[in-house]
Amino acid sequence: MPQSIPADSVGIITPQLVTFEQPLQLRSGKTLASYQLVYESYGTLNHEKSNAILICHALSGDHHAAGFHHQDDKKPGWWDACIGPGKVIDTNKFFVLCLNNLGGCHGSSGPTTLNPDTQKPYGSDFPMVRVRDWVESQARLADYLGIAKFAAVIGGSLGGMQALRWSIQYPERLHYAVVIASAPKLSAQNIAFNEVARNAIMKDPEFHDGHYLEKGVIPKTGLMQARMLAHLTYLSDGGLGEKFGRAMKNQEVNYDYTPEFQIESYLHYQGEKFSTSFDANTYLLMTKALDYFDPAQYTDHDLTQCLSVAQCKFLVISFTTDWRFSPQRSEEIVDALIAADKDVSYARIESEKGHDAFLIPIPRYIKLFSAYMSRITQELNL
Amino acid sequence: MNLRSDLKIIQNWVPANSQVLDLGCGQGELLSFLKEQKQCKTYGLEINADSIVSCIEKGINVIEHNLNDGLQHFNDDSVDTVIMTQALQAVNRPDRLLDEMLRVGKEAIITFPNFGYWRTRLFLLHKGGMPMSKTLPYAWYDTPNIHLCTFHDFENLCREKKLTIRERTVVNKNHQESLAIRLWPNLLGEIAIYRVSR
Repeated sequence: MPQSIPADSVGIITPQLVTFEQPLQLRSGKTLASYQLVYESYGTLNHEKSNAILICHALSGDHHAAGFHHQDDKKPGWWDACIGPGKVIDTNKFFVLCLNNLGGCHGSSGPTTLNPDTQKPYGSDFPMVRVRDWVESQARLADYLGIAKFAAVIGGSLGGMQALRWSIQYPERLHYAVVIASAPKLSAQNIAFNEVARNAIMKDPEFHDGHYLEKGVIPKTGLMQARMLAHLTYLSDGGLGEKFGRAMKNQEVNYDYTPEFQIESYLHYQGEKFSTSFDANTYLLMTKALDYFDPAQYTDHDLTQCLSVAQCKFLVISFTTDWRFSPQRSEEIVDALIAADKDVSYARIESEKGHDAFLIPIPRYIKLFSAYMSRITQELNL
Repeated sequence: MNLRSDLKIIQNWVPANSQVLDLGCGQGELLSFLKEQKQCKTYGLEINADSIVSCIEKGINVIEHNLNDGLQHFNDDSVDTVIMTQALQAVNRPDRLLDEMLRVGKEAIITFPNFGYWRTRLFLLHKGGMPMSKTLPYAWYDTPNIHLCTFHDFENLCREKKLTIRERTVVNKNHQESLAIRLWPNLLGEIAIYRVSR
């Protein structure tokens, strides 16, 4: 528990829940008759409602981006390093909004919530959603809060894809997009990793075609395998070497298959933690949203043409040892934006932390990101 | 806005409302001037972390990029003018970069220090060591200037590549012109500013 709430924290936060009765037509052709979104906000929305920032979360993220829910919480929200008074995304200046995406498992409508038709958890009956559906639901939340145009939409990884999608889906509704450690679409290797993860979940005997909650069980082993694999892809060889090397729990080897190396214990711990805090169906759904994301498919696979409708300015950031979404993938976005004559700045940050670097307050990253955010406050007179 | 004297000369050659790419744009002084005073659409390439932050603070589009990797972020004929100040001598292959500049831009503006400057020649003649000066302050082993050349060398390269030198201004280290420099540029000029096209 934090001894006391740090001065640069947004403090104790209470999530808000909104019910939307207007049906949401999904890209898959299915319709959500009604749905709920849970969100948090930090800072104050100004009179003109011009200082709002939307934070889009990544695969395993949620609406709890900053601050604490309770005085005795061990950890703050997932991007607390960057959101707070005086921080990169300065809550003294901005009204920062973060919601749990549809299909999530932390309060918004998703596989773990009750299907109003059956009064049972949706499970695998929850319709697949795509990035554009998330953007649509986020826009509706913005409408609900009276935000006509975001100062910025910001996200890392899958969150960056949402920011990118915003720029083409609602070009007139954001001034800036910050796309961090992201890609314009997944590569075959990315999709392959997702498929291995999905296969682990779906082959778990407790999966029950996705209706495990009705049976009072969870496909824990499968989800754990999925997370262990995925977690590895978020780190770099160098970073792992630096942190664990070949360090062992005991001095002598055991000649058995229980975890002996520190890295093994670490992976087990990460998998275990995740498998009891995240929903397997949500994991399946999120990985599919990732796989399907390819906005340029509607413009004959021409990303430049796809982004030509964007009206916002862009900041794109990548990290040198990120091999999940390597710098080259970010540069595809940058090149297309330049070719489309858009305002864009790009930085490739040196880091040993792999894909996860986007969540870590690396000094150079923070300095550059802060400079951009200050520029936004200046240009928008906030 | 107070521009460095060489940048003042360069900005005169850039038309208003045109598209400009600055290779090694530093803290974005020139691009900032061209954006605000001449309404140019600008991009800068830079590799220095602090310079990149300075550009972002100024609201300049800056792309982190190593010039030795070419200009692949940019399509053919996508900008009007590609500018490179004091970096030609520091890249791995100046000849290839020159090709790249004129692939991307209709025109290139290039400045570099003249290795044929009389003091440089005298330094080598008298001291028998690699010349060092205010313009060339590095020792031979740690200098970023790995491809120093004279004005003659550069103009020969342009001739080989069948490039047109549209304008040339040769100045001293304070970026001032003089009659003597005009008469013996390769001997008396310290820095040249070239305007080149295909």
